Amino acid sequence: MIALQSSLVELIRSASSELPDDVHRAILASLLNEKKDTIAEAALKIIDRNIALAKQKSQPICQDTGSIIFYVTSRLTLDQVGFEETARTAVTEATKKGFLRQNSVDSLTGVNDGTNVGLGSPSVHFHQHRGSTTEVRLILKGGGCENVGAQYSLPNEKLKANRDLDGCRKVILDAVLQAQGKGCGPGILGVCIGGDRATGYEFSKQQFLRKLDDRNSTPVLDQLEQDIVETANRLGIGPMGFGGKTTLLGAKICAANRLPASFFVSISYMCWAYRRQGVALNPQGEIDSWLY
Amino acid sequence: MIQLTTPFTEEKIRALKVGDAVEISGTVFTGRDVVHKYLHEGGALPPEVNLRDGIIYHCGPVVMKDAGGQWQVTAAGPTTSIREEPYQGQIIRDFGLRGVIGKGGMGDRTLDACQAVGCVYFHAVGGAAQVLAECITSVKSVHFLKEFGSPEAIWELTVERFPVVVTMDSHGQSLHREVLASSTAELAKNL
Repeated sequence: MIALQSSLVELIRSASSELPDDVHRAILASLLNEKKDTIAEAALKIIDRNIALAKQKSQPICQDTGSIIFYVTSRLTLDQVGFEETARTAVTEATKKGFLRQNSVDSLTGVNDGTNVGLGSPSVHFHQHRGSTTEVRLILKGGGCENVGAQYSLPNEKLKANRDLDGCRKVILDAVLQAQGKGCGPGILGVCIGGDRATGYEFSKQQFLRKLDDRNSTPVLDQLEQDIVETANRLGIGPMGFGGKTTLLGAKICAANRLPASFFVSISYMCWAYRRQGVALNPQGEIDSWLY
Repeated sequence: MIQLTTPFTEEKIRALKVGDAVEISGTVFTGRDVVHKYLHEGGALPPEVNLRDGIIYHCGPVVMKDAGGQWQVTAAGPTTSIREEPYQGQIIRDFGLRGVIGKGGMGDRTLDACQAVGCVYFHAVGGAAQVLAECITSVKSVHFLKEFGSPEAIWELTVERFPVVVTMDSHGQSLHREVLASSTAELAKNL
């Protein structure tokens, strides 16, 4: 477990301080596209400089190092109990090293014990498969963007949103409008159409494991993703809500089955500081390769 | 680029308009959710914390002790300000604040207090924790560290050329209100 622990600490360091290339490319494209000499352009320049500095110093891109969410896809024989114990130790070690802020608070007493470990922190999602590989993906999701997530129950009379794709489009765009600049845009949406209140949000967050430049294999969802980004970028909310051309860098949408009585659309918002990383581990727990 | 040094005068703050890019030098105090609720409920500040004509920064930094036992801020971007909307107006009035640094903007009650007292809202770039930490040259003191925990403590920081934009001024103007109105109108055309 020693090798696994150091692999997980390295995964946390990398996720916290190095923005994935696909996200960085999208930010650079939005910088080129923004109107010159505006406060929106200046904000994107600071963001670009921040990305380089964080990587160079191996320090957090954003001081809110976020909810710590591990997604583990493993061979059948992985010791899940041992893995989770090691993940908790790795989180505490990464916090001592300053890769993570002391970021986890007891909701009843308000006490922050500085370890980042407690009920629900970190959260670890296991998925087994019959192959021999083990992959660990990590998302660090800050509180500012988490707070602007939204869940709608269709039909929604106020938004004239019915139980169809157009209704989904209306509530997704409403979530973008309500978020304004509060979630540190330009943002990325992860959306789940369907599911229950818990699985809807869970699936919406799993969309953040996709790369920004991939395309949805379901044509209607692919079309909706493109349409949401295009329309959101016509709203003029812009980076940080300063006004400007780029409000969203991407939208990733999935659908899950629902009950006949329920029709939820769950929207998670990711800030531009989109911290996502992943590794493939060998049987000893060492890092074989990086996934993003 | 406008250069401003703390403490501020009312005149200098009243001269600022929405859209002005400013670099701040001097002293700022961090304060976020726990501090705002505490002060709003009548909690007292330690005598060393003097907010009059000064700035409160909505920020929960990452702070490490170096080998010599000195505090070093290693990441320090702004947190979302709107959560302090129930408290901010009163705190601006009670403590004579001249500036609030945060992100995402605030509401009408804060805007009213800015107009009444002569205070502005400075927007820093959210998520830019490294660029902004580079502008923090020293940690002068920390208060409530044990009681509130590190992100919620009051950190007294010396800053140099800390980059911000005025998005709410002391004349009743708010960029956030404008963008909300224009984006709401634009969305209606696209549904």
